[in-house]
Amino acid sequence: MNAEASASPLARFRIAFSKLEAMRFTGNLDLHRTWERLLRRAGLPLAYSEGFRPHPRISLASALSLGCTSRGELIDVWLERAIEPSEVVAALRRAAPPGLDIAEAWPVDLSSPALPTLVSASEYAVDLPEGTDGAALQARVDRLLAAASLPRERRGKAYDLRPLIESLEVDRTDPAGVLLRMRLAAREGATGRPEEVLQTLGLEPAWARIQRTGILLQQRAASGSRAS
Amino acid sequence: MRPLRVTPEEIQRRLAPILPTVERPGRYTGGELNQVVKDWDAIPLRAALAFPDLYDLGMSNLGLAVLYDILNRQPDMLAERVFSPWSDMESALREAAIPLYSLETRHAIADFDLLGISLPYETLYTNTLNLLDLAGIPLQSAERDRTHPLIIAGGHAVFNPEPMADFIDAFVIGEGEEVILEIARCLLVWKASGEPRPALLRSLARIWGVYVPSLYRVQYEPDGTVAGVATLAPEAALPVTKRIVAALPPPPTRLVVPYVDVAHNRVPIEIMRGCTRGCRFCHAGMITRPVRERSVEQVVDALEQALAVTGYEEVALLSLSSSDYDEILELVRAVSSRFSGRHLSISLPSLRIESFSVELMDLLEGASHRGGFTLAPEAATERMREIINKPVSTAQLLETARAIYSRGWHTIKLYFMIGHPSETLEDVQAIADLCREVLAVGRSVMGKRASVHAGVSTFVPKPHTPFQWVPCDSLEQIQAKQALLKRELRGAGLKLSWNNPEETMLEAWLSRGDRRLGEVILQAWRRGARFDAWQEHFRYPVWLEAFAAAGLDPAFYTHRPRPIDETFPWDHISAGVRKEFLTQDYRWSLQGRTRVDCRNRCFACGILPRFADLRRDHPGPGWECPEVRSPSRAVAEVIPLEPA
Repeated sequence: MNAEASASPLARFRIAFSKLEAMRFTGNLDLHRTWERLLRRAGLPLAYSEGFRPHPRISLASALSLGCTSRGELIDVWLERAIEPSEVVAALRRAAPPGLDIAEAWPVDLSSPALPTLVSASEYAVDLPEGTDGAALQARVDRLLAAASLPRERRGKAYDLRPLIESLEVDRTDPAGVLLRMRLAAREGATGRPEEVLQTLGLEPAWARIQRTGILLQQRAASGSRAS
Repeated sequence: MRPLRVTPEEIQRRLAPILPTVERPGRYTGGELNQVVKDWDAIPLRAALAFPDLYDLGMSNLGLAVLYDILNRQPDMLAERVFSPWSDMESALREAAIPLYSLETRHAIADFDLLGISLPYETLYTNTLNLLDLAGIPLQSAERDRTHPLIIAGGHAVFNPEPMADFIDAFVIGEGEEVILEIARCLLVWKASGEPRPALLRSLARIWGVYVPSLYRVQYEPDGTVAGVATLAPEAALPVTKRIVAALPPPPTRLVVPYVDVAHNRVPIEIMRGCTRGCRFCHAGMITRPVRERSVEQVVDALEQALAVTGYEEVALLSLSSSDYDEILELVRAVSSRFSGRHLSISLPSLRIESFSVELMDLLEGASHRGGFTLAPEAATERMREIINKPVSTAQLLETARAIYSRGWHTIKLYFMIGHPSETLEDVQAIADLCREVLAVGRSVMGKRASVHAGVSTFVPKPHTPFQWVPCDSLEQIQAKQALLKRELRGAGLKLSWNNPEETMLEAWLSRGDRRLGEVILQAWRRGARFDAWQEHFRYPVWLEAFAAAGLDPAFYTHRPRPIDETFPWDHISAGVRKEFLTQDYRWSLQGRTRVDCRNRCFACGILPRFADLRRDHPGPGWECPEVRSPSRAVAEVIPLEPA
């Protein structure tokens, strides 16, 4: 990729977007296809990979669990030539489907590492329904945070949830419901899922409204060397 | 205005907790790009359009997209979509007491004025009953009153509407583009009139192409065959002639783009309707006459618009026989030059077995990846291909195969059918032999990389075709033929796929059935039959039980050779092709006599005299039938039915 950076006229943009109610049940693969179609409709000069079956060069930062909405998604998009970021945003907004809001776009160095490898954590806000006992929940949160380990199973593989929880707090409690906030690790091979935290707290994820509020990227040296 | 049975808000409230618990909830939410949402309270005519299978299939159904577009263009009408819920969602809906709802606005289907159901094939019948049940609408037409939606159904399967006659208020026989609006207008007038439901049905019966089954009575002979059909109201036509449009209107381009992956993620453009080839097994080829084409310009413009509003990367140029489209080379050149460099994949199905087809695909695919190339010889011996009127020589097939492999395609997919009339095990063996010959050609061109994929389906004699008199193979015959193929088509480079013979039986019963089959369908549905087109859901014993419960013998419908003068359950429905023509063509097949493409010579199938006025008003190359200048000329220009 570094070799391309100097010779090719490619431009790389990072785009921040929201995935809202209408797209709540659009999975990661389908979101990828939705982006391909969006870029075609927007008429942006999308760059394609080389080879027998060229595919559009786009890269989503981090998969979101089905049923969650998000106000902090990121995608990298390669274009065949540089364009003003404001024009990119305007073209995308004109062509965006319901449930996909474009926030902003900024150019990114072509030699910067792949977006998914930069992700370190995700932040979530979880709305729990009317009738949730805030005080009892606070007690369970405290117990959970005090635990040294939280052994669980995902697809038959044992793992420890506790180190994946970077923060967890009851943000607001009122009769209309409870707002829970959490930051979960999202590194390759070490991704915490909000619905697993809810289950550990004895809550039914189907009754909660989970929203990702942001994806945190690692701060890296300009060389792009990988943090371990 | 009638109060709503359940409000959309209430449906939404009950739905929220169950959506995250079902498989692929994106099937049930709507909200996609290009869906049309209108103000419910401001629109007098509200139609729900249903495809009674999963969203994944329904969203790939072109007929539904056409009607959705047409209805929503009317300022006083709206159309919303509904599909069958999968079994997990069905249980969840029933448990939470959620009535079937529309994707666009979550209105209960029972609160619409009109429910239009697309029935392109017969294995959707139990799902249709399930759809009505989930909507809380009485299953039987006779049990519905003023407060229920009008239930209409259309599509290729309803050219024999009789098995579903108890459940559907009115069938649309033929093409829906114009008649859908006439039905909707008729419904609006009736709604304002305050008259009872039977008055609506009688007005509908006056519309060309509409069949209201409750206005007809069927009488049976002691042996169970149909004695005759009588009308019960002066409005009921006998026969009911199918509806056609004189010219194909511009195709829909503002297509709804699903968020979730569906069967076909593409822009479908119908380039031509009908077929002039006259393959005797082909239901579509007989019922969609006459051939009408869209111009190259219309196709290319529609593609341009559709790509701009959908962003799709795939395009399908659809027809029953692409090679026969008059300006196929011009079309392919125009499409490949206009859209080159856009990374589009363009499919052109149903090509003739000739090397020109390979040149066409070469132009379309350019330098892109070459997967499979499909040819449909349908039978493996020249004798059999003459019987079915698909005369192509084996030499030509092998030559075409050589051209395909030489241009870089690795796999040739060959479609065959077993169960053609007079077929023997030798004819089936010939399928295996031919596949091996094609593979040998491939190996000589590209070595071990060459492969052949044989798709062998089982022939079902369909209504309105020259083979409607032919008995269907028995389960045992089909199994023996399939066993032979499974034994012979083994080894490197060969792949075989086939249909479950029990599913073929169901298709045969339902497509050849009479009105009494309604009870069988109802009994099967009550016993849990759903998604009969899905291997994992289809249960053969349930259907046998249903036949027994209804006191009917399934073999009566499928395995009995029919005398040439038998009255068929669908004889009061006219596809425009005369029964005398079908009879003659059946006799010709027994003699191995073929017909050429009817673009070259009119065989007087009956279409032209039936629609002479339309043809006279639409001269020129849009229609492939001879021109009609005056009423008398129509008859003079065609050959007599029985040539001396």
